[in-house]
Amino acid sequence: MASVLAGHEEVTHRKLPAVGARLNRIPVAVNLVFSFIFILIAAICVIPVVFVLIISLSSNQSIQVYGYRFIPDAWSLNAYRYLWVSRSLVGRAFLVSVGVTVSGTLVGVYLNSAMGYVLSRKTFRFRKLYTWLIFIPMLFSGGLVASYLINTRLLQLGNTYWALILPIAVTSFYVIILRTFFQQTIPDSVIESAKIDGAGQHTIFYRIVLPVSLPALATIGLFLSFAYWNDWFLTLIYIQSTHQHMFPLQYVLVSIDRSIQFLTRSAQYLSGEDIARMPAESARMAIVMVVVIPIALSYPFFQKYFVSGLTIGAVKG
Amino acid sequence: MKRKATKDDVELIALALPTTVWYILFTYLPMFGIIIAFKRYRPIRGANFIVSLLRSEWVGFDNFRFLFATPDPAIMFRNTLLYNAAFIVLGILVPVTLAIMLSQLHSARLAKVCQTMIFLPHFLSWVVVSYFVFSFLSVDRGLVNRLLLTVGMEEVQWYLSPRPWPYILVFTNLWKGMGYGMVLYLAAISGIDGQLYEAAVIDGASKWQQVWRITLPMLRPVMTILFILSVGRIFSTDFGLFYMVPRDSGALISATQTIDVYVYKALMGMNNIGFSSAAAFMQSVFGLFTILTANFIVLRLDPENSLF
Repeated sequence: MASVLAGHEEVTHRKLPAVGARLNRIPVAVNLVFSFIFILIAAICVIPVVFVLIISLSSNQSIQVYGYRFIPDAWSLNAYRYLWVSRSLVGRAFLVSVGVTVSGTLVGVYLNSAMGYVLSRKTFRFRKLYTWLIFIPMLFSGGLVASYLINTRLLQLGNTYWALILPIAVTSFYVIILRTFFQQTIPDSVIESAKIDGAGQHTIFYRIVLPVSLPALATIGLFLSFAYWNDWFLTLIYIQSTHQHMFPLQYVLVSIDRSIQFLTRSAQYLSGEDIARMPAESARMAIVMVVVIPIALSYPFFQKYFVSGLTIGAVKG
Repeated sequence: MKRKATKDDVELIALALPTTVWYILFTYLPMFGIIIAFKRYRPIRGANFIVSLLRSEWVGFDNFRFLFATPDPAIMFRNTLLYNAAFIVLGILVPVTLAIMLSQLHSARLAKVCQTMIFLPHFLSWVVVSYFVFSFLSVDRGLVNRLLLTVGMEEVQWYLSPRPWPYILVFTNLWKGMGYGMVLYLAAISGIDGQLYEAAVIDGASKWQQVWRITLPMLRPVMTILFILSVGRIFSTDFGLFYMVPRDSGALISATQTIDVYVYKALMGMNNIGFSSAAAFMQSVFGLFTILTANFIVLRLDPENSLF
C-alpha cells in the first residue's frame, strides 16, 4: 500500500501479460463505440468550463444581443480589464482565498497527522478510546443549528478568519488515512530504537515520522487545499455582509449572484464612467474563471495523489 | 490487568491534545447542543451559550409539533429521500459501468485523458457549477432557451418552473460525481489479479462472462462500503446542489427543498431556532439509525464487507 501512496501506479490499465492481454481485448468495433462514448462524456464534463471561459471573453454588446454563445459576435478582454481595475475588491478576495487555503491546509495537516500518529501507536494505552473519539463523529453529528450556535455564541467565531478555517480542519476520514499510512510505512523498531536513544514522542513525530511521510502529508494537504479553495458555505454562515472585505473569491461569486449591484456598490473607488462601462455579465464569468483556472491547471498533476489517498482510506482496520 | 499510563502515553496524549480539543469543540459540543430541539431557547443576558441553553425552558416535542403543522416537513423529507434514492442507484450503476468500459479501451492514453476530463467536475465548487448551469438555463441569455427559440419552440422560465428540476438536479449531481466514483472503481479494477482473467480466457470465457463472474464480484467490497456510506447519508443532501444550483428560487421549493436547505433557511432566514433545530435533530438521529441498520444488514449478509 505504501507504493500506492508514492503514486507510481497507473490506475487505468490492468497489467496483463502481453499475449493474454492481446487475446483478451474487446473487438475493434466495440472499442470504437466505447471510445466514441467516452469522448462524448469527457466533452460533456469539460464543455461548461470552456463555455463560461468564452462568455467571459465575449463583448457585453454581443451578450446583450445574442445571449451566451459558443462563438460570440465580438471578443473582448473588458471583463478581465475590469477585474484589474477593481482589484481592490477582486484582488483582495483572491488574497483572502489564498490566505485561508494556505493557513487552513497547514493547520489541517498538523491536526490530522498528529491524531493519525497517536492512533497508529499500538502501545498507546488509550488507543481504543481515541479511536472511538474520531469514529463517533462519522456516525452522528449535532447538525447545523447546534454547530452554528456554538461557533458563534460560545466560541465567538462569527466574522473572524478562524470561522473559515477551523470548522473543516479535521476530518476523521483523513485521520484514518494517515493512521493507516503510519502503521504501514514506519516500522515499530525504528520508533523503539529512537526511544532507547532517549527521544520523546514529540521528537519522534517531528523528526522521524513527518519527514518520511511527505507523500501522505501531500495527499492530505491536497484534499484540504481543494476543500478550502472551494469553500463558500462557511462564509455564507459565519461572515456577515458588513464584513465584505473578508469574503473569499467563492463567496464573492455568491454575493454577486444575489445582487448584481455588489460589484457596482463596492466599486466606490471607480469613476462613474468606469461603472457605466462595467461589463457585468462577462465580469462574473471572469471571476468564475479566476476560481476555476488554478484548479483546472493543477488537478491533472495531483490526480494520482487523490486516487492513492482514496484507495488507502478504503482499507479497513 | 491494566497497566498504568507511562511517560510514553502522556506524551502521546499531549501530542493529540490540539486535535482532541478540536473534536470536543466542533463535534461533541454540537452533539450535546442537539437538546436545543426540545427547548425554547432564549439567550440569557451575561450568560454564555451553554448556560443559556441549560436554563432555557424544556418544551418537550413542541418544536416538532409546530413544525409538522406546516407543509414543509412532508416536502423536504420526500425530496431528500427520493433524490438520495436516485443518487444511490445511479451513483453505483453509472460509475461501475464506466469504469469497466474504460478499463477495456485499447488506447491507454485515450483512457487516461478521458478519465482526467471526467474527473474535473469533482474539483469544482457548487457555486461554480451553479454558474455553469445558469449559462445554459438563463431565461434571456441561456443557451437552451436560445436553441428553443431557434427551432421555433417557446422559451422556458427555467428558474420559475419546478417540473424539470428533478431531472436537472439528478443530472447535475451525476455530472459532478461520476468521475470520482469511476476513479475509485478503476483503482479497484486495477487491483484485480490478471491471472484470474488469463485463466478465464483459457477456459473460453467471453468478455461478458468475465465481467459478471470476475470483475463485478471483485468490486463487491468497494460497492458495499460505498453503498453503506450513501445509505447512511440518506437524510443528508448536498446543500450547494439544492440551494446554489437553483439559485435559491422560491418558485422551485417543491422540487428543490431538502432537509439541509430547510434547516439553513429556517435558521438564517426565518431565524426560527425551534423549527430548524427540530428538523436538524431528525436528520441527525434518523441518519444514525439508517447507517447502523445498513451496516447491521450487511454484517448479516456479507460480514467480510461491513463497515464496522
